Amino acid sequence: MTTPSALAAPRARTSARDPWWRRLLGTQPLGLGMSLPYIVFLAVVMAYPLGYAVYISFFDYVFTAPGVHADHPFVGLANYRAVLSDPRVLGSFANIAVFLIINVPLTVILSMVLASALNSLTRWTAAFRVAFYVPYVTASVSLIGVWMLMFSQDGLVNSILGPLAPDPSWLVNSHLAMPSIALFVTWKQLGFYVLLYLAALQNVPKELYESAQVDGAGAAKRFLHITVPGVRSTTLLVLILAIITGSNLFTEPYLLTNGGGPDGASASPVLLIYQKGIQQGNPDLASAIGVILVILVGLLSLISTRLTKED
Amino acid sequence: MRTLTRRTLGTAALALPLALAACGRSAVDSQEAATSRGPISIWVSTNEQELAWGKAVSEAWNAEHEHEPVTLQEIPAGSSSEEAITAAIVAGTTPDLIFNISPAALPDWMRAGGLVDLTTFEGGRRHIEERGGTRARNYAEDEGKGGYYQLPWKSNPVMLMYNRKIFADAGLDAETPDLDTFDKLLDASRQIVSSGAAGSAIWPSPTSDFYQPWSDFYPLYLAQTGGTRLIENGSPTFDSPDGLAVARMWRSMYDEELAPREQSTDDAMTTGATAMQLAGPYAIATYKDAIDYGFMPVPTAEGIPAGKTITFADSKNVSLCSTSRNRLTAWDFLAFATGEEWDGKLLELTGQMPLRQDLASVYPDYFAKNPDYTSFADQADRVADVPYVSGGIEIWQRFRDAYSGAVIFGTDSVEQGLSDVAHQIDALIKE
Repeated sequence: MTTPSALAAPRARTSARDPWWRRLLGTQPLGLGMSLPYIVFLAVVMAYPLGYAVYISFFDYVFTAPGVHADHPFVGLANYRAVLSDPRVLGSFANIAVFLIINVPLTVILSMVLASALNSLTRWTAAFRVAFYVPYVTASVSLIGVWMLMFSQDGLVNSILGPLAPDPSWLVNSHLAMPSIALFVTWKQLGFYVLLYLAALQNVPKELYESAQVDGAGAAKRFLHITVPGVRSTTLLVLILAIITGSNLFTEPYLLTNGGGPDGASASPVLLIYQKGIQQGNPDLASAIGVILVILVGLLSLISTRLTKED
Repeated sequence: MRTLTRRTLGTAALALPLALAACGRSAVDSQEAATSRGPISIWVSTNEQELAWGKAVSEAWNAEHEHEPVTLQEIPAGSSSEEAITAAIVAGTTPDLIFNISPAALPDWMRAGGLVDLTTFEGGRRHIEERGGTRARNYAEDEGKGGYYQLPWKSNPVMLMYNRKIFADAGLDAETPDLDTFDKLLDASRQIVSSGAAGSAIWPSPTSDFYQPWSDFYPLYLAQTGGTRLIENGSPTFDSPDGLAVARMWRSMYDEELAPREQSTDDAMTTGATAMQLAGPYAIATYKDAIDYGFMPVPTAEGIPAGKTITFADSKNVSLCSTSRNRLTAWDFLAFATGEEWDGKLLELTGQMPLRQDLASVYPDYFAKNPDYTSFADQADRVADVPYVSGGIEIWQRFRDAYSGAVIFGTDSVEQGLSDVAHQIDALIKE
């Protein structure tokens, strides 16, 4: 039998006597040529804007029309000091923390439980999968319209709750606006994460469940001791994706709670980036908020990786 | 590994300048463009009636200018036209002319180098000032003495619109409601809601968008102060007895649940969910087949005669963009489209008031045939606009944020809210 190592060709090395282009591009430049479109894509769409945003955040920067010169003096950390002393910016980070605290655990738990339940179904599986996936593929704007009707003062939810309905109502209540958004996003995104878990569950050996059942383990124990560890790598992926998408929250506070209302209680950092950068022409401050957000999301992702790391 | 990294970086180093060069912004030679004629493009609002006017004026021009055709396009989609125009200025993709310029954003667009001074064209200043009269100078640089980066085009004087049927159902006078004071407005509002004639008396949009004060606080503030703008002589003016009186009136509306704190999921006037709204003449086209409506001047604390009430102009103007390569054609078209004939067409097709002096006497036939618009024509002579100040959008956003807390949601006192934001705005202006 031929081993993979035997198939692998020895790496061609360049030497100091080769021409400069060969030393730069290697002996097989075709490979790099094939990768070039993706490298260009990454460089232009990802790396350049990110690098430029970091650059802008250290300057007093204004947008100008082509060919118009404007001074962009270096201001060091002044933009960071400005945004970190702005109560609305700090409030937006606190709001997003509330969102993540509700949304991320709920997403992980619900999608894992639902995926397990779907995996054990023998009938109507496809119908349930589609039902969970429909909100994910439907535009937020149309779904938000339905939620606004349901959660308004005279909406369906308050009608059912009767005297227990909150006053002020959900979306204009400073304590309930962000949790309402977190519930909406959890519900909307659930189908995608359920699919991820369903795929992961196919790789958990059936024999493990059978052995555990023979040993007397109930459904809850089988779930905790076989399913949860068996999909650990998917849980990490779901955690990181939920943190990243949650931290970039924009559409829901913009539309569902009327621009981060009530009184800024559901404003998100990205909403403020939009206001400051696009509407108000302060790309320097917007970039500073963006860089802080990137760092925080990176840290949260790192913590998630550590927490779900296998021993 | 190091070799691979070096190669990848090397390839990226080659790829990046190529890609960026492809996306690069190129500037127009302004000297050459200033004397050049040729095809031009224009942007107009997505409003159905304005679009009809834009098509008509373009076709009329194109019929006589075969080599200088005008291409019409709607302003690209965005949550507001201001952000679509800002993005286009930065990207260098603006058309030659934009027929929907908000005066609130204009100083920043001008400083970004996105617009052309219209007085650099022969007869530019004369055309603007003969058409608009002395009030045109409110839209010029250096407090009226400098250049014009916008031609004051049309206004939508804001008045108080009401549903006659709801007023009658509530036992109010539906023909001449006479709500000229805040107390009368509040009393009528209480009567509307308590009688069950409508679920709310008035329903201004409670969203946090920077432009929302133009549909609740600002028209009443201008009326209350006799036309004092939000910023005068570089200082905020609203932290004053007049500003507090207007804000307290709105706070009462929200506290007494006469105005909802939620966004309406439908058109509240059409569905009869509310009895009043602040609106311009564009509302006539929207509601003429839906409800029986009437208009009255916006109220003040003590009440002033209708003939002396000043309100918000809500004007939209025209600017010539610095990306224009055929500026002589662009200017000629601008003068053509804002001449007496096409201003008349604008009035006819949209019901919006051209910012032209003596409007009622220039188009007597129109107002004779359309009496609904007469009060707007009269009001159009007594309007004030947003302050001409750099950073206008940020100032309005700060104001809206504070207003949301102090007035709409009541999380702060009116006095504290206005005082705090006045200090913030003062600091912003002085930056």
